[in-house]
Amino acid sequence: MARIIVVTSGKGGVGKTTTSAAIGTGLALAGKKTVIVDFDIGLRNLDLIMGCERRVVYDFVNVINDEANLNQALIKDKRVEDLYILPASQTRDKDALTKEGVEKVLNDLAERFDYIVCDSPAGIEKGAMMALYFADEAIITSNPEVSSVRDSDRIIGMLSSKSRRAEQGLEPIVEHLLITRYSPKRVNSGDMLSVDDINDILAVKLLGVIPESQAVLKASNSGEPVILDKESDAGMAYQDAVDRLLGENRDFRFIQEEKKGLLSRIFGG
Amino acid sequence: MSLLDYFRSNKNNTAQLAKERLQIIVAHERGQRSTPDYLPQLRNDILEVIRKYVEISPDQVSVQLEQKNGNLSVLELNVMLPEEK
Repeated sequence: MARIIVVTSGKGGVGKTTTSAAIGTGLALAGKKTVIVDFDIGLRNLDLIMGCERRVVYDFVNVINDEANLNQALIKDKRVEDLYILPASQTRDKDALTKEGVEKVLNDLAERFDYIVCDSPAGIEKGAMMALYFADEAIITSNPEVSSVRDSDRIIGMLSSKSRRAEQGLEPIVEHLLITRYSPKRVNSGDMLSVDDINDILAVKLLGVIPESQAVLKASNSGEPVILDKESDAGMAYQDAVDRLLGENRDFRFIQEEKKGLLSRIFGG
Repeated sequence: MSLLDYFRSNKNNTAQLAKERLQIIVAHERGQRSTPDYLPQLRNDILEVIRKYVEISPDQVSVQLEQKNGNLSVLELNVMLPEEK
């Protein structure tokens, strides 16, 4: 039985697509057949982050409308075995995603994949609701910043009231918190909410902490999921998160400030 | 953190402020989450009806739905009337 994982946040620009790309790629690297589905209808971007933007022919909405079949729309990743992308449509029609249509496509995907990673759009409109509705697990992506944490809390409320599992009285969605753009240095100087602060407010099991990292922009510039940059801090932090998702125990790295020499302590930098 | 920062840092710990603000607003919003969507409209309608007779401002009407144990809900309506002249 396939697991459906939604990557969601409420607020935009916190790293949902970066996370979807990294986690999806990590699951495939671990030998799980994985598809990443872009739910951001009208503002497709997963294809760019995954580096397959020039290979998009058909999309999610085409499959829902029976204008193409899944095989035509799925894009096979060229780097990682068993990794596929289902791109979003660029249509401006907000009602393109119907609950029945999404359910049909997810059911078809569930027959072929172990993991279905749903990259949610920002906001709490229909696209975001459709992305989380059928989920078994949710990765709530949050920056250590007030508006992002507040929006995460609203999304957590929706996971437990507006999802299929909530409506049908099934086991609730398994929630994971992923903190991105974390800077231990700024936490130590009292300018940034700490992991513990965010956990006190949201009370969701921590899946990972991704440090603020130059590697993330470099990765999106080149269309390579950052998890493939195995030397980078962000890449390693995402790998840890994937391992935890698969039930492994991993210590949290990159949440303490790096130790510096005496001179740089005094003069900064 | 440089030595200079060390002396500056404790003065205005904005992260602590952020946490306190978040705890308050999140607790407030969680409280409202369980209330039905029609409550604000209901409140407006009640306000309009009362205004036919007495001039009051929106903050003088409070409507709250409380879920008691079991399947009992209590709709609490509180109207502050202005003093008679």
